[in-house]
Parts: sequence; C-alpha cells; structure tokens
Amino acid sequence: MRAISLKETRKLLFTPLVENNPIALQILGICSALAVTVKMDVTLIMCIALTSVITLSNFFISIIRTYIPDNIRIIVQMTIISSLVIIVDELLKAYAYEASKQLSVFVGLIITNCIVMGRAEAFAMKNPPIKSAIDGFGNGLGYSFVLIVVATIREVFGAGTFFGLQVMPESYPVNNFLLLPPSSFIIIGIMIWVIRTFSKGQVEENENPLKAHTFKPLVVKKEGVDG
Amino acid sequence: MAELLNLFVKTVFIENIALSLFLGMCTFFAISKQVKAAFGLGIAVIVVLTLTVPLNNLIYNYVLKEGALSWAGLEETNLEFVGLITYIGVIAAAVQVLEMFLDKYIPALYNALGIFLPLITVNCAILGASLFMIEKNYNFSQSVVYGFGAGFGWALAIVLLAGIREKLKYSDIPEGLNGLGITFVIVGLMSFGFMSFGGILL
Repeated sequence: MRAISLKETRKLLFTPLVENNPIALQILGICSALAVTVKMDVTLIMCIALTSVITLSNFFISIIRTYIPDNIRIIVQMTIISSLVIIVDELLKAYAYEASKQLSVFVGLIITNCIVMGRAEAFAMKNPPIKSAIDGFGNGLGYSFVLIVVATIREVFGAGTFFGLQVMPESYPVNNFLLLPPSSFIIIGIMIWVIRTFSKGQVEENENPLKAHTFKPLVVKKEGVDG
Repeated sequence: MAELLNLFVKTVFIENIALSLFLGMCTFFAISKQVKAAFGLGIAVIVVLTLTVPLNNLIYNYVLKEGALSWAGLEETNLEFVGLITYIGVIAAAVQVLEMFLDKYIPALYNALGIFLPLITVNCAILGASLFMIEKNYNFSQSVVYGFGAGFGWALAIVLLAGIREKLKYSDIPEGLNGLGITFVIVGLMSFGFMSFGGILL
C-alpha cells in the first residue's frame, strides 16, 4: 500500500471543513443537523457517532471496493453502513442511555444520512482504504463543525447555558425563539451567507431571467469605420 | 374511524415530517426548484411511505418484537437489534419492486417518477417514518394512516416550497445568500408557520 504524504492528509482533512463543507455547500445530511442541536452534550454525541460511522464505513467499503459488483453496490454499501450504525446504536443504549433516548430515531437515521452514502459512493469506491478513512473523518469533522456552531449559538443565546452550565448572567431571559427547532434553519442559512461572503467561489448564479436581461450591457457591434 | 382521521390530520399538520421533524431534508432542498418536479417526487414519497410503513409494522410485530416469534416456539427471542438493517432492506426492496411493477404496468407513471424512485431509498423521511411508527407503537391500521399522512405532509411541504422558490427567482437577493442560503431561511419561516398548528387538540 502506498503511503500518503502529510500534505495530502491535511488536504483531505481540512477541505471539508469550510471550503467544501458537506452541509453548507453540498447540502447533504441536513436532517439531523437541525433536530439534534438544542443542547451541546447531545450534539456532541451525535457528531462522534456520525464521524465514527463515516470513517469506518469509508474504510470498509474501500477495502472491498474491487469485489463489489457495480449494479448492487448501493445495497452492499447500505448493508455495511447499517451494520455500523447498529453497533453505534447498541453502544449508546448501553453506555449513554439518557442521550440515546434524547437522540431517539436520529441515530438510526445516520444510515440514510446522505453524507455517509455520498462519501462512500464518491470517494471510497475509487480510493485506497487509508485515504478513504481520512476523507471520511474529514467530512465527519465538517459536519460536526456546522452542528457544533449551531448548537453553541442555540444553547448559549437560547437557554443561556453551555453544556448545561450557566454562562449568561442570571438576568438573561430565556430566548425561546432560538430553542425552537425552526431557528436552526435560519442560523444555518446565515452561516452559509457568512461562508460564501468569504469564499466567493461558492456563490450560486442568480437564475433570475429578468435580471440577466436587464443587466446585460448592450453590446453594439461597431463595424469598421475606416475609409 | 374518528381516531384515524385525527391521526391523519395530526401527522399532516402538527407533526409534519418535513417542517416539524426535519426529515428528508436533502431531497427537500435539492428537488424544490420547480413545482412540477416537486409534485412528482411528492407523489412518489406518498406511494412509498404508504407501502413501507405498514410493511415494516407487520415485520416488527410478527418477527422482530420481543416474544413475537412465539408462534415458532421461540418465546424469548428478541430481534429488535437487527431492526435498522431490516427496515432499510424492506424499503430498498419495496422501492425496487415498485419500480419494476410501474415499469411493466403503468409506464406513464414510471416515466414521471422514474428518476425519483431510486433517490427515495436513501431519503431519511422514509426510514424516519418507519422508526417513528415503531417508537409510537402504532397498530396496523394506524400505521397505514400514519404512512399515508406522513407522505402527504411531506409532499405538501415540498410543493409549497417549490411554489415559493419559483417566485423567488425574480427577487434581488444579497449575493452570498442566493440559492441555498435564502432557501434555508424560507424553510425556517415556513416551519414557524407550521408550528402554529401545534396547539390544536384533537
């Protein structure tokens, strides 16, 4: 197996954080990003669960990638991913029962989390195991990054606590707006705005047909006037 | 009967699977640029949910649940831990069978839904509805209504969003917020709207 250089490792690990973030740019795996971000501790468990699943699934799928027949690859990938999720689910039930109750169905939903499937399909099927595992870990970090930012904003400014500890002054009123689930949509929307303000390459084309029409400079072709 | 009707209304409006439980968001954002495509996907989700939720309900109650295998002489077997892999298998198989059935007997519908059907297997709304059905311990007839209601609610939400996005094309949005960003904000506002159904007691 060819060893991979430090530079390559760094690239695999850090591009999914901001530059090619799975949630903010690729719109993958948003479902759980919204529902589990009220409290930091629950969010953190979800992040660890997803990151370990995606790292391992990328690794195992990559090991057997040359043996998987092309037309049943989705089922094979799904089987590997579901087995890993079952393990995570059982572990949580055994060692962190309270948190697993709060996460309810969302641990199970890691199976259909598009990030996991997406990386298996786009990366692990084409690359060697170690590289795929690093890629999976990087994407897990990218996902965790968004979740942790959203959860921090919601818990600190919503309930005035952080990991359940009071951080805001006693007089800070509980901000119910941020504790309600829909607020996480708006927070992610604004996060995308901030990310795209700094990396212009991610800005989407405005598809407004009127705008294109109005703003296109009128080009008058000048014919040769000599003579 | 009234109880089932209540369950339907509750599933569509109060516990809307897209706007209150946030399931199936990936496709919700990706395929909501045009009403027509959104409508096709919505119908496909309704069909698949109405099929798979009752199917998983039967499998859970007669095979996986603790003591469910007593008819085979295995009173103490509890297969709940293979639940996740079973449900996703059932969903994948159901989608595949549905696809072949439509291809053979209703080609017009197959052509309309064609590209959306494979997408649906990995839609969290489908697996999520099955998992919620099990968590809430519905019986068979309740699970049929729940499956249909969940699909209907999701379809309603995506068609509404597509309607807004079609109009939104014409507005002047700050550069970085264009596209995905503004869609998130809109869905957040829609979701707040749906929360107002929350106080209704049936």
